[in-house]
Amino acid sequence: MNSSEYVLLTIFGCGLVTWLSRVLPLVLLQKFRLSPKVTEFLSFVPIVIMAALWFENLFTQRLGHLPTPNWDNIIASVPTFVAAVITKSLLWIVVIGMLSLVVVRHI
Amino acid sequence: MNHELNSSAAIKEALPTVFGYIGIGLAFGIVAKAAGFSPWITLLMSLFIYAGSAQFIAVSMLAAHSPVASIVFAVFLVNARMILISTTVAGYLPAQATWKNVVLGSFITDESFALSMNKINYTNHRLNFEWLNAANLVAYWVWAGASVVGAILGNFITDPQAWGLDFAIVAMFLGLLYLQIISEQVLSYSLQLLVVLITLGLMYVGFIFIPTNLLVLVVTLITCGLGVWLKNEFF
Repeated sequence: MNSSEYVLLTIFGCGLVTWLSRVLPLVLLQKFRLSPKVTEFLSFVPIVIMAALWFENLFTQRLGHLPTPNWDNIIASVPTFVAAVITKSLLWIVVIGMLSLVVVRHI
Repeated sequence: MNHELNSSAAIKEALPTVFGYIGIGLAFGIVAKAAGFSPWITLLMSLFIYAGSAQFIAVSMLAAHSPVASIVFAVFLVNARMILISTTVAGYLPAQATWKNVVLGSFITDESFALSMNKINYTNHRLNFEWLNAANLVAYWVWAGASVVGAILGNFITDPQAWGLDFAIVAMFLGLLYLQIISEQVLSYSLQLLVVLITLGLMYVGFIFIPTNLLVLVVTLITCGLGVWLKNEFF
């Protein structure tokens, strides 16, 4: 599989699952009801996956050993977090995050 | 906001939400460009995946050459809240032709959902096809347009590292996590913070023996299960 096939196949697969997630409940609602346990499980997914994807970038993997801290990303996360608290705007969070990393790399 | 459920009311009411879309769409375009994707691929992702944060995950996993199935599964998981959103909206719609439900489901998104939950306070808890469809389509086209503009802007940024562009996606996840926590209405802050700390601990330990591509999924499944248990036992 070449790299453009890989990308297109991934886009197709991702598009299919996101489309089904949005459409199936609306279409099948009469017969379809999520159990409370499933709903409860899903309610944790957003924060856990966001946290995991953030933490993933704060370390470098060394299989068989504890990971090495990525200090640049860890330090740059501090002003980024402050920007999140103050602005509550994703665009500002990203801009200030990028600036923070540039500053950290030049220190 | 008024009681009218027509297209022009929807477009007027959706306008304030587009600024959020423009920001995230631009950021997505820039991040996708920094990861090596063309504006066409960026547009395809925004048109077909149409999933905000899940698209950032797809881009970062594609750049890491993760297996297709694990990318699709991650995108499904992070976007699974749409199942709940779609299920909730269905309760306010009249009985209508299946194709109308397919169209509404295809374009519904967090912001049009939030807007519609606000709108029902003015309409005796009713929604209709015309209003929701117009609100959805405003979001859809603004999202696609902003991603492409971001991807083109990314072209003029030749050395992403010098601009801190590789950190854009990290900042995005941090920001999305924070915004998610402060807007969450069901789970308490203390439970959410505990769950985030558990995620950090499991990630740290998991790095020892689980390859990075799989780590996020494994940790997510375990931590969500632990979250359900903690909520029922202690909160």
